[in-house]
Amino acid sequence: MLTINNLHAAVESQEILKGLNLEVKAGEVHAIMGPNGSGKSTLGNVLAGRESYEVTAGEVLLDGKDLLELSPEDRAREGVFLAFQYPVEIPGVSNINFLKTALSEIRAYKGLPPLEARDFLKMVKEKQQLVEFDAKLANRSLNEGFSGGEKKRNEIFQLAMLEPKLAILDETDSGLDIDALRIVASGVNHLRSKDNAFIVITHYQRLLEYIVPDFVHVLYKGRIVRSGTKELALELEEKGYDWIKETVGAENAV
Amino acid sequence: MSTKDDEMLKELALEEYKYGFTTDIEMDIAPKGLSEDTVRLISAKKNEPEWLLEWRLKALRHFMKMDMPAWQNFTLPEIDFQDISYYAAPKAKPKLNSLDEVDPELLSTFEKLGIPLDEQKVLAGVVAVDAVFDSVSVKTTFREKLKEQGVIFCSFGEAVQEHPELVKQYLGSVVPQTDNVYAALNSAVFSDGSFVYIPKGVRCPMELSTYFRINAENTGQFERTLIIADEGAYVSYLEGCTAPMRDENQLHAAVVELIALKDAEIKYSTVQNWYPGDKDGKGGIYNFVTKRGICKGDNSKISWTQVETGSAITWKYPGVILKGDHSVGEFYSVALTRNKQLADTGTKMIHLGKHTRSKIVSKGISAGTSHNSYRGLVKIGPGAEGSRNFTQCDSLLIGDRCGAHTFPYIENRNRTATLEHEATTSKIGEDQLFYLTQRGIDPEKAVGLIVNGYAKEVLNQLPMEFAVEAQKLLAISLEGSVG
Repeated sequence: MLTINNLHAAVESQEILKGLNLEVKAGEVHAIMGPNGSGKSTLGNVLAGRESYEVTAGEVLLDGKDLLELSPEDRAREGVFLAFQYPVEIPGVSNINFLKTALSEIRAYKGLPPLEARDFLKMVKEKQQLVEFDAKLANRSLNEGFSGGEKKRNEIFQLAMLEPKLAILDETDSGLDIDALRIVASGVNHLRSKDNAFIVITHYQRLLEYIVPDFVHVLYKGRIVRSGTKELALELEEKGYDWIKETVGAENAV
Repeated sequence: MSTKDDEMLKELALEEYKYGFTTDIEMDIAPKGLSEDTVRLISAKKNEPEWLLEWRLKALRHFMKMDMPAWQNFTLPEIDFQDISYYAAPKAKPKLNSLDEVDPELLSTFEKLGIPLDEQKVLAGVVAVDAVFDSVSVKTTFREKLKEQGVIFCSFGEAVQEHPELVKQYLGSVVPQTDNVYAALNSAVFSDGSFVYIPKGVRCPMELSTYFRINAENTGQFERTLIIADEGAYVSYLEGCTAPMRDENQLHAAVVELIALKDAEIKYSTVQNWYPGDKDGKGGIYNFVTKRGICKGDNSKISWTQVETGSAITWKYPGVILKGDHSVGEFYSVALTRNKQLADTGTKMIHLGKHTRSKIVSKGISAGTSHNSYRGLVKIGPGAEGSRNFTQCDSLLIGDRCGAHTFPYIENRNRTATLEHEATTSKIGEDQLFYLTQRGIDPEKAVGLIVNGYAKEVLNQLPMEFAVEAQKLLAISLEGSVG
């Protein structure tokens, strides 16, 4: 589904990603781990098309289509979803209205008419239950006055509503207590299917106890330096990121 | 600005003003120039009584002595008052009794503007409309139905003929001829406008609305609106305005006076969409308007709501004199400027009565290289025991070449009064836009959503059907303003 070849990207002319390769197939969950500053969030933002991130080399294909050619909104319409690490507040814009607009735009891109109000509300209700999202929050202004946990849960609710092909969770676990983490993870697990894929960006192994990945990659200095299965995450947890830094340093020395 | 933003700005400049068409109709236009003869001509055309002519002449003499104001936050362009025609009316039969007698060209003009003047076409009595084309009112709908309840809704000219006692009693009682230079000019040359009287205890059964249309070239529009709500009466009134696209600037200097007697309530809403000029600031309407209401009786209430998106320069401060004890004044405003537009707007709340309350919510939105100022005065008189004011002024900036300014003035002469003031300035953040586009929403729609969310508190004050219009207008006005 997603193919990343030799991706280089810079922020304010400082190169952050330095030749990243990744292949994600439908039905898979990939975890991206790494120490602070390794380029984890940059990867999410570059895939979603944030303007301040400049791709200097490489290619990204989504089902064979050149993703880097597309505007952020068209990437979203093609099925790329970024669950933000820090979701913003948009006062006065109701959550539901926002979702209705987003869903209609995505459907229009696919040549589908907007959902009938009744069908839309039915879908809202179903998805709210699926990801245990409080109906009261759905009717409030978008993230306005939400707690950190509520904002993260709203990201998962949006994910459920928009049904993307590829979802990137950018440190969705950060700032969550154990109960919220469990709810968020269970939401994601309900949404996993053979047709979609997830990239789970996280600093800690904790989230991966709840969302079990098919593959784990370690990002360090803008490159994937280790790939493995879920056991790699446990090994990292045990040995710490210094282990990566040392081994990668040693490899480079040779 | 990135190149993407530049492209968007170019697109925005090309965005057509939807109401910029002109109507080709035979007109009766007064020669350019301002003198006692001009005033006499207008007064004679309208068959006015002697006292009104004298009233106009007094205003003119005063105007001639006045200097142009210099306190505003923009450079006031030189206006040649001798180069304007002060009266322009479609040539028509002297008196219109039914719709059949209205020129079909005029009907189709208002139809095109979305203002049906055919009562049959309006859904069961939603809104009664007075349509003003250049200097004259062409049609007032639903008059008969309103008359059943004693409500008078007619053009100002007709009110002078049919209800001279009411006009004489209240004209200039809130905005004196000498109030300011443009009020003086209006008092001298005003041509038409709307008149409303709601009798004691009557709740006006429908929204009343005036639609102002400037069409003729080289003319100014100087209308006068007078609304009187007698004891215990209620009325909700809306005005809308558009003008053709022309390279010359045109002057619109209106005066609106509202009078609320004991226990009465007047709700006055404006959706102002005069031609704003092109991207280089060429053309557009100078909108210099004096609007003021008086809460004359105890427990009365006046509420101004305005959505200002048009005009090259907007200069207006709808205010309320809170004379009656326990009276309430409100001002809700959204002012959007883009390209080279200038807006200097706000309100005056003059607290005189005991336990009077006022609330001010102002939301400025600036884009392009426009400048948007809030200017407000809250004055608490010595007798205004226990009065309260709450003021909230927010500014939203789109891009980094526009300006937002706030000039709040407070004069408090009573220790028991409570005043609160809040102000914020924010920018539509790249992060907010990215958040919405990442969900598949088109960037322009995203800006529209953010701005409408920001302005929601004010839009919520508008009557339902107009709130929808205003939301669309804000979104259209912003098309292409952000990348």
